[in-house]
Amino acid sequence: MAMVSKNISEKPVGVVGAGSFGAAIANILANNSNVILYARNPEITIKILESRQLHGQKLSERITPTNDLKFVAEQCDTIFPIVPSENFPALIDEFANYLRPYHILIHGTKGIMVAKKHWEADDKIKILKDDVFTMSRLIREKSLVVRIGCLAGPNLSKELADNQPAATVVASRFDEVIAEGQRLLRNDRFQVYGSKDLFGIELTGVLKNIIAIAAGALNGMGYGENARSLLISRGLIEMIYLGKMLGADPQAFLGLAGIGDLVATCSSKLSRNFTVGERLGKGEKPDDIISSMEETAEGINTIMIINRLTKSYPMRAPITESIYKVMKGDMTIDEALRFLMKSPFNIDIDFM
Amino acid sequence: MRKLKRIPQPIDTSKIYDHILSNNEVWPVVRMAKNRKEFMERVIDESFLKIKKLRPNLNTLIEELELTRYREKLRYKTDPWKVDPDDEVIFWNGVKSQLVDLENSERKEKAELADRILRDIVSRYVHEITGNFKPSHYQLARRIIKFGFARLLNAARVKKFGSLWRGDLTLQDKIQITGETEHLRKLAKIGTVVMVPTHFSNLDSILIGWVIHTLGLPPFIYGAGLNLFNMEIFAYFMNSLGAYKVDRRKKNMIYLETLRTYSSMALRDGCHSLFFPGGTRSRSGKIESRLKLGLLGTAIEAQRINYGKNESGRQNKIFIVPLVTNYNFVLEAPALIRSYLERKGQERYYAESDRYDKSSRILKFLVEFFTKGNNISVSIGRGLDLFGNFVNDEGVSIDAQGYRINTRDYFMFKGEITANIQREEEYTRMLSDVIVKEYHRINRVQSSHLVGFTAFKMIQEKHKTIDLYSVLRLPVDEIEIEYNEFKKAFSKMRDRIIDLFNEEKIDMATHMTEDIDKVIDLGISNVGMYHSRRPLLKNKQGNIITQDINNLYYYHNRMDGYGLEKYL
Repeated sequence: MAMVSKNISEKPVGVVGAGSFGAAIANILANNSNVILYARNPEITIKILESRQLHGQKLSERITPTNDLKFVAEQCDTIFPIVPSENFPALIDEFANYLRPYHILIHGTKGIMVAKKHWEADDKIKILKDDVFTMSRLIREKSLVVRIGCLAGPNLSKELADNQPAATVVASRFDEVIAEGQRLLRNDRFQVYGSKDLFGIELTGVLKNIIAIAAGALNGMGYGENARSLLISRGLIEMIYLGKMLGADPQAFLGLAGIGDLVATCSSKLSRNFTVGERLGKGEKPDDIISSMEETAEGINTIMIINRLTKSYPMRAPITESIYKVMKGDMTIDEALRFLMKSPFNIDIDFM
Repeated sequence: MRKLKRIPQPIDTSKIYDHILSNNEVWPVVRMAKNRKEFMERVIDESFLKIKKLRPNLNTLIEELELTRYREKLRYKTDPWKVDPDDEVIFWNGVKSQLVDLENSERKEKAELADRILRDIVSRYVHEITGNFKPSHYQLARRIIKFGFARLLNAARVKKFGSLWRGDLTLQDKIQITGETEHLRKLAKIGTVVMVPTHFSNLDSILIGWVIHTLGLPPFIYGAGLNLFNMEIFAYFMNSLGAYKVDRRKKNMIYLETLRTYSSMALRDGCHSLFFPGGTRSRSGKIESRLKLGLLGTAIEAQRINYGKNESGRQNKIFIVPLVTNYNFVLEAPALIRSYLERKGQERYYAESDRYDKSSRILKFLVEFFTKGNNISVSIGRGLDLFGNFVNDEGVSIDAQGYRINTRDYFMFKGEITANIQREEEYTRMLSDVIVKEYHRINRVQSSHLVGFTAFKMIQEKHKTIDLYSVLRLPVDEIEIEYNEFKKAFSKMRDRIIDLFNEEKIDMATHMTEDIDKVIDLGISNVGMYHSRRPLLKNKQGNIITQDINNLYYYHNRMDGYGLEKYL
């Protein structure tokens, strides 16, 4: 692909978070702009400077690494925070000191968090809809930034790094954020769609990780395409119901960031969530899987939150519930499968 | 009773506020009135350009003109009003024949002709909208309001003619102003204030006019429904008080753009303004939960243009100040709630018919209000910037952590202030959410509101198998709430209110903390007290009864939106 060197005189674009997805996005952005890549760990910055390598990806010469958040905020107007949801609150707390209302933040984190303390340790703490924070809501409430967007779609880091053709969705309530995201990310191998439904697009990207774990489990148990397709289509319906409960419009779930991402993550060993499921399916213990993972699988956290959330409402989410029980050791993976096959939710489509 | 963690603010009715600016000449609104012609010309020019920008291509512009003419014809044929000018038909027929001429002309002439027609229409609208504000009238009208109302009030209290002319009671006893009064006065000195009150009664605009005057503020301009100008007495006061005219029948784009430009330009010139962001009076009696975004949007636009045109120097910031009126008694309540229920219940269009459409009726209304109505309180909220951040006394926006915010940044894109309509629409929505939240926070609960709420919810709970409309059709003589039961429930409700008050999520009147029987009695005797059929009464056994459940529903609605029912 031709390296188009335009916009050199413009401010650089920021990427916060040097995981594999962060690195891939930084490289895509570097096609069009200079990029500042923030890594929390100073050693990673040094490593990048020495080797120009990160998670096996070669980094563009136009990417400047830093571990100074203030520098990122001062140098860039548009910033892509791409850090795991568990690190997001701490990041935004520090970052907020430097963020101003003119900044545009487009995050790429497919996770949610709960604003209540100690909910994980205490089963009695109820989680209500309003306690669930998407990353955009976290940014809005913790900083002065209002022009917020998100990235979602079938974007497996490894394939992006290999420069394979792909597309993503930039969602925001602000047209200018969508336009800016498109302008910065688009190239002849990477298509960028826009959506005004920020909340819906965020949620679909988050919820699909649950289904990806389940799909991985089926794979690990040695089952084939019939089973996977059954799961994907039933999974999509579960996602839509959960999304509707949380106040989202079903449309987002049917697009690239919904079905598109669901199909990709439910079929690929490149997905962390799929891998978690696959190891579960092969009979590994959940604790062993989590402790041996290099990067977070958002789906695990999402299952914990959604499972607790559904307890507060008259609603069942059978796939989420079964995976939760398997993770907790209350069910074997075979029992979970039997439970799902027997579950009485046998209407095909009833949400349209 | 629940423990208080802060003290309800008592109201000092004897406080006198000096005028914040002693010299009339420096009021922007006076300057504007003096240079009316020039101001109107600027509004015409800008509206014209804006509309041209929205319809950049000649054909679409001509279509817009055709559409406007058609809609205007429909309006004056199907819905004529007394205030409509006599030459209405002549003017629009003229537009029609010009449009015919235009069809038959050469392309170049076409464009010129279309521009001329557009300019004529805009100019006509601007002349209609522009108020007749005259500073001398303002002084006079103010005096009349002050003097006249005070006399009426005295007449109500002391039934002897002679006492009419003794100023021993003032309006200030009756209308209590609470909240951020000094803060508001400071903001009005350093920037432009947009006051955004809740809207429950036709009395609001006069009441707020009085509040503005009492607080020593210069006049505020505001858009008043053209229908109010059908009534001479209102028309007189409104013209004098800086009102400009808003015709809700005209929904064509040219009119709406012109109106927006008028409001935006007045704000940019520094005229304090009053918007009723709910649009019309609350039919249900609920505090507004959804606001009309049109006029609020003009404030955001005005702020952006102000920031763009001068880099430093003069404070050109616009402040939003929410205001909540707390009535025990709304004269129009029965008519309002009826129209609300008709609309909600049957999804049927409800044509607004105003019972108070004659000057004599208005006078009667005012007399009834001042002779009958008991105390009203008006709560003034903290100032906000246009992005929903609180401002301090110096007008500086402050974030949740207490840091200063440079609000110019909200309009910045790549280091420059840019105009972006979609962005500003989004900001308007965000601002409206904050205003609604503030309404609920500064709402000052009175016993009358809470007894109404408790009683209705108890009735509903007792008949929980039937829906709201069936509850509202229950025969009133079958409804009776045993006093001790009521007291128990009311006490729970009051505890919840105190919790919310402690968390600064609501305000409450000082009387709310008194002995529970006393609070209940006060509430029952005050709620909708002068309706012929009372929302609540005590019967001989001391139990609670109602004479009109629809009215009760109306007053109950005032406390809607706090989730109180969960604690019953």
